[in-house]
Amino acid sequence: MGAKRPDRRGFLKSGAALAGGFTVGAVAPAIGQDQEHHGPQMIHEGKDQIAYGDRSKHVTSVRIAHGGRPSPDPWGLTFHIAAPLQDSVGVITPSSLHYIGTTRGSFLPDIDPKEHRLMIHGLVDRPLTFTMEDLKRFPSVTRLHFIECAGNRSSRRAKNVQETHGMTSCAEWTGVLLSTLLKECGLKGSATWFVAEGSEEIKGASSMPIAKAMDDAFVAYGMNGEAVRPQQGFPLRLMVPGFEGIFHTKWLRRIKIVDRYYINYNDFGHLDRDPKIAALEYQIGPKSVITFPSAGQQLTGRGFYEISGLAWSGGGAIKKVEVSTDGGKRWNTAEIKGSAHRMAHTRFGYEWNWDGQETELQSRCTDEIGQVQPSRAQIAKYWNKPFDETFSVPGLDNSIQPWRIASDGSVTNGHA
Amino acid sequence: MGMLRVLPFVLLMGVAALAQSPRYGVGRTPTAEEIRAWDISIGPTGEELPPGRGSAKEGAPVYRAKCAGCHGATGLEGTAPILKSKAGPDVELWERGRILPLRAPFATTVWDYLNRAMPLNREGTLTADEVYALTAFLLYMNDVIPEEQILDAQSLPKVKMPIGDDYAPLPDWKPRTPRLKGYPY
Repeated sequence: MGAKRPDRRGFLKSGAALAGGFTVGAVAPAIGQDQEHHGPQMIHEGKDQIAYGDRSKHVTSVRIAHGGRPSPDPWGLTFHIAAPLQDSVGVITPSSLHYIGTTRGSFLPDIDPKEHRLMIHGLVDRPLTFTMEDLKRFPSVTRLHFIECAGNRSSRRAKNVQETHGMTSCAEWTGVLLSTLLKECGLKGSATWFVAEGSEEIKGASSMPIAKAMDDAFVAYGMNGEAVRPQQGFPLRLMVPGFEGIFHTKWLRRIKIVDRYYINYNDFGHLDRDPKIAALEYQIGPKSVITFPSAGQQLTGRGFYEISGLAWSGGGAIKKVEVSTDGGKRWNTAEIKGSAHRMAHTRFGYEWNWDGQETELQSRCTDEIGQVQPSRAQIAKYWNKPFDETFSVPGLDNSIQPWRIASDGSVTNGHA
Repeated sequence: MGMLRVLPFVLLMGVAALAQSPRYGVGRTPTAEEIRAWDISIGPTGEELPPGRGSAKEGAPVYRAKCAGCHGATGLEGTAPILKSKAGPDVELWERGRILPLRAPFATTVWDYLNRAMPLNREGTLTADEVYALTAFLLYMNDVIPEEQILDAQSLPKVKMPIGDDYAPLPDWKPRTPRLKGYPY
């Protein structure tokens, strides 16, 4: 960088006239030291910043360890990391901020994509092994999808939306439909389940119904316009849109087609005694949350605010989002920003004039198959349990999140 | 007679329908050895289990050497997850904690997990005999099998786990379908 500085200054002096806008006098001294100038400070761009840019140093939004278990933990394992939804705009989670979940905790493998293989075998006519180059030759799909951890549940203790809902993220994923690959292998009639397995040290594996493989599952090598990040499974991960995060097998190296539920370790974690709780697993229900204003944020005074949030469902596309500004008494239709994609975060907005009074904000969504996001009171009633502070949502928690607005404009968790 | 004349035609049709040919011709056929090397998910029938054998007696010293450091001498005192229920058999199985060698419906899941995921940081270094012996030791520790029982590819899948079939089956998954009828969503 230092050695490049004279070149750069020379370039600026001679080239600034072409750039327009800035004068030589305003720009060049900022490169030097402690001289007064009238424009903003300049970002000193080294070769690395030209090659791959960083965000502004003034943008400080970061992920946090989820649920009180640090990552890396004392063994050096990465476990659960939550995305800063409170700062999110639009529907894409930047790859660097995408939530992370791992089986048991995991060391991130450093995989050479040239060495990586995906093997498909078991109940197929032709077992096949694919290199990454092979996979990129197949017809591709590019789709927006959320991934959400089954442990993404709000609690009374959570202080902000990152703690209540940060274990979900949404990205644009590119890859090959699993059905394309399975047809290439020739699926046998006895195939009913498949096992997907990673190549990390624990080789995390899960069993899934073959119907999902043939419907919309795909193996993804692309994420938000570049290669899938190592924390997300580089060079290849499984996408099973709308299923719990753990099924989106990272560092994917093997798919075995089988004729029964295999009950791997991950599947063991899903076993339950109650068929109703078992049925609530796998496919994420309709869910939404207001990201602004949300707990920990501060309204600056009465007047206009656009309430903004995210809605998603494992059942399909979001059809409708409603916002209540009076604690759930009245529901108003929110605006869906852009188009709602199947199993993808969908941004909504609602125009609100705050009168300065204490109130509670809530959102709820409806998906394309008619599922409506429930309140915790409705869920308690379904399970025939009293709705009090001891109540905990069984199965996956897709309940409505209330945010309390105090008269001083502070926002807190309505469950607290 | 007519039947016999039609038969070859029917057979040909059948073969054509079954043998879908690959559309893209991309990918390579893995060798049997390559498949064997990666085929480590052990299903309930145990068909993927490798040769080897071990009992709890043989597992005890392996446990002391390779597991006790994190899991404690009796599976209860370590920093890593406990391997034995703190509650006794008088407590209902589902109330005794999520202990793999106690609550797993199949002993194959215990073998599978030890083989793929233990010991932490040295995954994949246990021999097949050690995995059989450790599986036996953990099952013995939880009063599932006697100390002298030998586990191998034939006997392991036959171990009767205490849970029996007392766990919920998963309903078939269908696209664009709510999972639980009557749930308030």
